[in-house]
Amino acid sequence: MAQKTNAQERVLMKGNEVLAEAAMRAGCRFFFGYPITPQTELAAYMAKRLPLIGGTFLQAESEVAAINMVYGAAAAGARVMTSSSSPGVSLKSEGVSYMAGADLPGVIVNVQRGGPGLGGIQPSQSDYFQATRALGHGDYFMPVLAPSTVQEMADLIYDAFDLADEYRTPAMILADGMIGQMMEPVQLPEERDPSTLPAKPWATSGTHMERKHNVVNSLYLSPEKLEETNRARFERYEQIKEKHQRAELMMCDDAEIVVVAFGAASRIARTAVRDARAAGIKAGLLRPITLWPYPTKAIDELCEGSARAFLSVELNMGQMVDDVRLAVSGRASVDFYGRTGGVLPTPEEVFAAIQKVAAGLEPEAAAAGGVAGGVLPHPIDRKSTYERGE
Amino acid sequence: MADFNHELLCVLSGFGGQGLLFAGKIMANCGLIDGRQVSWMPSYGPEMRGGTANCSVSLSDDAIGTPFITKPTALIAMNQPSVEKFAASVQRGGAIVIDTTLAMNGAEGVELADGVTVAAFKATEIAEENGLKGLANIICLGKLWALTNFADRETVDAAIAKCVPPKRQHLLEPNLRAFQLGVDA
Repeated sequence: MAQKTNAQERVLMKGNEVLAEAAMRAGCRFFFGYPITPQTELAAYMAKRLPLIGGTFLQAESEVAAINMVYGAAAAGARVMTSSSSPGVSLKSEGVSYMAGADLPGVIVNVQRGGPGLGGIQPSQSDYFQATRALGHGDYFMPVLAPSTVQEMADLIYDAFDLADEYRTPAMILADGMIGQMMEPVQLPEERDPSTLPAKPWATSGTHMERKHNVVNSLYLSPEKLEETNRARFERYEQIKEKHQRAELMMCDDAEIVVVAFGAASRIARTAVRDARAAGIKAGLLRPITLWPYPTKAIDELCEGSARAFLSVELNMGQMVDDVRLAVSGRASVDFYGRTGGVLPTPEEVFAAIQKVAAGLEPEAAAAGGVAGGVLPHPIDRKSTYERGE
Repeated sequence: MADFNHELLCVLSGFGGQGLLFAGKIMANCGLIDGRQVSWMPSYGPEMRGGTANCSVSLSDDAIGTPFITKPTALIAMNQPSVEKFAASVQRGGAIVIDTTLAMNGAEGVELADGVTVAAFKATEIAEENGLKGLANIICLGKLWALTNFADRETVDAAIAKCVPPKRQHLLEPNLRAFQLGVDA
């Protein structure tokens, strides 16, 4: 159905299928993966479609094999991707580190489920740390984009390929079982002819006897050379941080309490923030779209404006809240509310968490709490939060 | 208070295989055709393989927050566990359709919110009597439409036509007939 529609028409599709369709439209012609719930529809869609447009779909013997095939295709200059869910992404981590070390672009999709270990198959955001800090060993980062709607599944994977190519880095789509499994209307992006994409003169695509051999490698035995390479890569990271932070603000103009949530959690938080407004609480929603680089500029602006308290709402035991605290740097209080293991909080639970923060912001409490000495007036009490959540 | 014109928050629930995810897709396509905001969220756990399979469908004129509906304005329940799980959460003024062929107790013993309309009838039996085995889901959808008017009838017919796969066009007429049976039930 989808390949016959033009870019303007709305179609109803599952998030996972949209990731696949939009990736192909972005010029992706190689997919290597291994099935795992809740992302399997993505690979199934690729298997059906990719061969019809001259691409290659290959179900590898394992996730480790798949990511190394991605490495190979990326080195040869192809637009390439792989996808998995949490446990499978862990298996890919070594290969992603090698890609980062060899400056290879490629897109990795994680449709998260509950963990650790095999965990469960319900939606979760338990891989935030893994995605934003250490998907693999070594001294590196990669852009991480977090869709919250099926439309964003299309838009962000399109952007992820461009970011990856422009900065020669692996890039990740950090989705979750909810956005992957749900259907919403989507306007698919324009088709791109892979032959019109910017050239990759560094690729190992054959010298044709016209140039010297290109080498793609992550091994540098000279520490000085390795340091130089890493420093050059971190200069690119600085450009990414400067140019590519993205976040959506909802009802934040006069918000005193800013709920911070991404992906599936932001959908629930959106409902809760509306409920809070209806109850007369000045709440707003900050939805990070890039998780790395983290949208610190948006938090700066909120801190300089009306924000007095931040509440990070996540589908885990509290991971992104660390980035909120770093960005806020003691200028406002930071609290956390979350559910883990694949349990989704209800909007009512999140509303109750907002109310609790609001109660702590009574004029006298705010005056007494203050931010003197950089001490957070509301230290994160994960234990009590969880008792309330059950 | 349920306001079906502005926003329909529907849970469709029953056994895996009763076609509730499909009925939900028809509903979602109505929203698509009418240019409204739409979400369709299935259960995808082990319940899909025989327990209570359910999906949440939101049709709204505003951006949709959580696609998981905890306070539905409408419910189709095709087995007793689904009635027990969801009926009490239906909002004031909401609508419930129960297939009493399998959910024999209907909404008996469930504490419903004020003004909730319950249509309890033997949809599966009606389907079988009319040679429409397997289309009790569409009969229930027709009944829910009669209660809530969640889209124009032309829109619903177009959505049904869209959801019946091109290779199975012989099923279009039975689906339309099943829908009408539900409207009249």
